[in-house]
Amino acid sequence: MTKKIKNLNLNFGPQHPAAHGVLRLILELDGEVVEKADPHIGLLHRGTEKLIENKTYMQAVPYFDRLDYVAPMNQEHAFALATEKILKIDVPIRAQFIRVIFCEIGRILSHILNVTTQAMDVGALTPTLWGFEEREKLMGFYERVSGSRLHANYFRAGGVHQDLPQGLEEDIAEFCETFPKIINDLESLLTENRIFKQRNVDIGVVTKQDALDYSFSGVMIRGSGVPWDLRKSQPYDCYEQLEFKIPVGKNGDCYDRYLCRIEEMKESVSIIKQCLSKMEKGPIKSLDGKISPPSKKEIKQSMEALIHHFKLFTEGYRVPKDEIYTAVEAPKGEFGVYLISDGSNKPYKCKIRAPGFSHLQSMDYLIKGHMLADVPAVLGSLDIVFGEVDR
Amino acid sequence: MNNLIDLEKKINSELTTKINRTEIKHNQIYIETDKDDLIDVVLFLKTNNDTKFKQLIDITVVDYPENNQRFEVVYLFLSHEFNQRLILKYTIAENEIIPSITSIFPGANWMEREVFDMYGVSFKDHPDLRRILTDYGFEGHPLRKDFPLTGHTEVRYSEDQKKVISEPVKLEQNYRNFDYESPWEGTKYIKEELDNNDKKN
Repeated sequence: MTKKIKNLNLNFGPQHPAAHGVLRLILELDGEVVEKADPHIGLLHRGTEKLIENKTYMQAVPYFDRLDYVAPMNQEHAFALATEKILKIDVPIRAQFIRVIFCEIGRILSHILNVTTQAMDVGALTPTLWGFEEREKLMGFYERVSGSRLHANYFRAGGVHQDLPQGLEEDIAEFCETFPKIINDLESLLTENRIFKQRNVDIGVVTKQDALDYSFSGVMIRGSGVPWDLRKSQPYDCYEQLEFKIPVGKNGDCYDRYLCRIEEMKESVSIIKQCLSKMEKGPIKSLDGKISPPSKKEIKQSMEALIHHFKLFTEGYRVPKDEIYTAVEAPKGEFGVYLISDGSNKPYKCKIRAPGFSHLQSMDYLIKGHMLADVPAVLGSLDIVFGEVDR
Repeated sequence: MNNLIDLEKKINSELTTKINRTEIKHNQIYIETDKDDLIDVVLFLKTNNDTKFKQLIDITVVDYPENNQRFEVVYLFLSHEFNQRLILKYTIAENEIIPSITSIFPGANWMEREVFDMYGVSFKDHPDLRRILTDYGFEGHPLRKDFPLTGHTEVRYSEDQKKVISEPVKLEQNYRNFDYESPWEGTKYIKEELDNNDKKN
């Protein structure tokens, strides 16, 4: 006697604590083995690209905070670099250091969130509590420099909005001294943890070839053994002057990606330290009055500054006709902006290349043949944030 | 090849008629081709030992509604070996169907779905061409320049029907697109008026 068994279709999300946001994943299950995964995305689609086309270059910056809201300034960086290259303006060295410091803070923010929530998805609660305490401090730095904990709107074409407030440099330096201990604590909970390893080792293996074919970047490609980091290979701002290592994985599984992230955090701390020691006093934004707004003090004294201020906040600056693709190494991978300007004060087209989009697309390939319980583990190690996937 | 100029020469000599124009700017190489040659050009760029553009970064479209060939399809490639970026472009008219490159780069799948969703450009031989970012049952293609910023419909939960329904957008105040551009540097309407006056005189 034979009995026909039908595959079971299961809806994972859109409201599921391990979906890391609003992901609807339709899984086809044969018993407990996943046969097929079909991610439905777009539940957080806000039309960012359309909105940017209708805003001036300065008004477009806050939309970048709202993409990967875990590391906002890294996105702003890509847009600022793209406009700067078209405008052909130089960024003062102090501004470059400030930007790099906050990009690395963003990287730590993102990696803490990812590592600890991934641990939570496979059953460990404590790392989340320890990690979030540190994130709170880092977001405190964000707030002190930009006035807001998450949506910073701090980077501008030509530099940053304001100089660091008094005492911030010392506090960041102090954080760099205490934070490595927290990383070690996290590692002592996870790295050799039997359950954590059982859930992550040899799960979601990506080969080198597939990592290239599926347009992977960032930790996803480094975990598979491709030594590729845009900070090293196509350095932007002052990364050339800094010394840091690129951790590379061997097996391309979830566990290697976890190790890469931990090592990257340590490197980030060292980068921040170097920046702090190399930084000198100086201007923090381009001195071109047609692009960066004057200080309040100047407005009170100079007619020209007043005019500049008025023009910049009504018309904005005009960007010559050109097109460019600029990418930065965001915590999640290569975040790029393909910008087309038409000589007016608004971008004609601004395509945002989000790393998570490519990573999530490979879900079907990654999860095929795995057990249902591996779905959260793989999803966690992809480091998905829906702000940037859905745009 | 390590040098962009050599690369440009190589591509021009190997692909000759399939390439319409090449240009180097911003340390990237821009290539224009035709729709029919796309597959050959992409295969060459991926497999040739002097190019090795083994990673597709993104696919997108730029809309120029005033042109006959309305859409410009753009492919961004990256070569890890030579640390170079290449931008491949061709133009198509509305309603033209273009070849899919999913068989060469599996990662193109969602990118092409996004292009289909946002611009309404269809792909031949795509394994699964569905909308991706917009809502189930959405109509229109939002990133086309003639699609209004406010959209056509809005959704709300209807207490009567006990479900989410979509209705035509009703705004208390119309969306206002202020023209802040400096009249001295050529605001569009003043420029047009001046041009017209010139013609009359």
